[in-house]
Amino acid sequence: MNSSQPLVVVQNLVKHFPITRGLVFERTVGSVRAVDGISFEIFRGETLGLVGESGCGKTTAGRTILGLYPPTAGTIVIDGTKVDFSSRKSMQSVRRKAQMIFQDPYASLNPRWTVGAIVAEPLRVHKLITNPKERTERVKELLSLVGISNRLVNRFPHEFSGGQRQRIGIARALACQPLFIVCDEPISALDVSIQAQVVNLLEDLQSRFGLTYLFIAHDLSMVRHICNRVAVMYLGLIVELGSRDEVYEHPQHPYTQALLSSVPIPDPKKDRMRKRIILSGDVPSPINPPSGCRFHPRCPIAMEICSQTEPEWKEVAPEHWAACHAL
Amino acid sequence: MNPLLQVRNLITRFHTPEGTVYAVNGISLHVNEGETLAIVGESGCGKSVTMLSILRLIPIPPGEIVAGEAILHDRDLLKMKDAELENIRGKEVSMVFQDPMTSLNPVLTIGRQISESLRVHLGMEADMAKRRTIELLEQVGISDAEHRLGDYPHQFSGGMRQRVMIAMALACAPSLLIADEPTTALDVTIQAQIMELVIQLRQQLGMAIIWITHDLGVVAGIAHRVIVMYAGFIVEEALVEDLYENPKHPYTASLLAALPRVDRRRDRRLKSIPGAPPSLLVEPKACPFSLRCEFALEQCAGENPPLEQISPTRKLACWVDISTGKAR
Repeated sequence: MNSSQPLVVVQNLVKHFPITRGLVFERTVGSVRAVDGISFEIFRGETLGLVGESGCGKTTAGRTILGLYPPTAGTIVIDGTKVDFSSRKSMQSVRRKAQMIFQDPYASLNPRWTVGAIVAEPLRVHKLITNPKERTERVKELLSLVGISNRLVNRFPHEFSGGQRQRIGIARALACQPLFIVCDEPISALDVSIQAQVVNLLEDLQSRFGLTYLFIAHDLSMVRHICNRVAVMYLGLIVELGSRDEVYEHPQHPYTQALLSSVPIPDPKKDRMRKRIILSGDVPSPINPPSGCRFHPRCPIAMEICSQTEPEWKEVAPEHWAACHAL
Repeated sequence: MNPLLQVRNLITRFHTPEGTVYAVNGISLHVNEGETLAIVGESGCGKSVTMLSILRLIPIPPGEIVAGEAILHDRDLLKMKDAELENIRGKEVSMVFQDPMTSLNPVLTIGRQISESLRVHLGMEADMAKRRTIELLEQVGISDAEHRLGDYPHQFSGGMRQRVMIAMALACAPSLLIADEPTTALDVTIQAQIMELVIQLRQQLGMAIIWITHDLGVVAGIAHRVIVMYAGFIVEEALVEDLYENPKHPYTASLLAALPRVDRRRDRRLKSIPGAPPSLLVEPKACPFSLRCEFALEQCAGENPPLEQISPTRKLACWVDISTGKAR
């Protein structure tokens, strides 16, 4: 996989949200450092998993890559073109090539629009198909791709179940034939029996259209199943990155180790034999992240240096990177 | 050994403008003293409504407990007077809910909220209740408990709030703790903390626990015995090892096959269950899973299989033996 060309290159991406005080004389008193300098590449046709706990910045990272938030700093190259966030034209071409599937299938579809109108919107906006009749045909085709009967094209979102709504969101994302899709927790709002349906659908579409995915999730079991490589985030930074089995079988960063050991295994015998690393405390605030290594206040193996200097990114095995002083 | 709680043939329905919702359709279950029973199922399977019905916490109307009994210490919770039930809720049986933010009162300090049940149920004086509250908070792992009594719920993180909820539930040393998806809103590392806390408290205090969840991974880590629910029915009941090693109901088997594993290399596509759960607005006549079931026989669409005892520790509601694919 790694021999191929990267489709998406993210370099030093930073996204801070200002915290302001005062109504008339608004001033910035601090910032939420949601994403604080992350770099990675996503190769053509692969799925990169971005995992971490709530508040680690994974969703912000995904949204910033697509320009839904203007980045504070950093560059993003998609399909060989550097994204210019100040240019409407550049953004429009990014949004043809890159699409998003959202977490909440209830909030991400306009309740007043029919399913047909929702899926047709990208085709209209990008003027891909101007003839309304052809557009309807294409919408029906897209819906059948995701397993929604095209007789339902005039129904409204509330008439569908959660899993069906997520399929509609996927059809909309596919409408302008993107190369790259950011899947932001696409299955976490769904029941287990429906999750497998949606994951299998995403895999089928990927192999059929050669799609590249950034799969943002907190479900580490599902990430192991669907992703080729995994990046682990903690408080706005990537702490470990590597191929799936390498990271899951030989996690190097103490945070990754604790995270993986916390995931329940649906096998009572094995689960009882396991050694859990229970982290103490909660994730600190991204407004005021800890000095040095951000994980040091919760780290079971923290040393003196950890609170003073930020650890460097080290290649611990071929194509397996981690940032920890203990390595 | 007599069970601590025995529920028989519980039927709960909701009368809504869209029609009658058949939420719980004749559930019988029991919990032994000191045991952890897990009830698993997907949204809408009736797992929460069952528990809320037992404590008569469902709104009536639109809800209606049509039939059933829930015997705790020889007395039926469903026929008791309200005042008697007040004495049981929070004292004999207490509950921890999924969302600790909405189940704590945002305008009262947590000290006040925990000591409330001590004062109401146990008649403690203020200073004694305060001392006990501090003890409880320490027991659930809240550091500097004395200084945090005056804090409000918003000053705690999600995991800490759930600890406060657990402290509150344990205040009167209940013999049964009902935990309704207590870790679903939490991150995995915090979930691991809470699960460890509950296991440790169970060993210390010896209470029975009913743990409601949709997560088969969590069940494996915490339960002794498991009940699987689907569309308002119990479809399978077994000891935890037996259920995972040898699931007998097609729904249980499919759910386990639909789960990816963090501890294994990917060896296949996920097995997906086609379709979606049936509408609860239709009175169930056939097996509720038959339309999605790969083993369905002709009789499955005709008659709903009863929950039968198939071994001393196992119950099953299915016409089919899934090891052969033929009728049992």
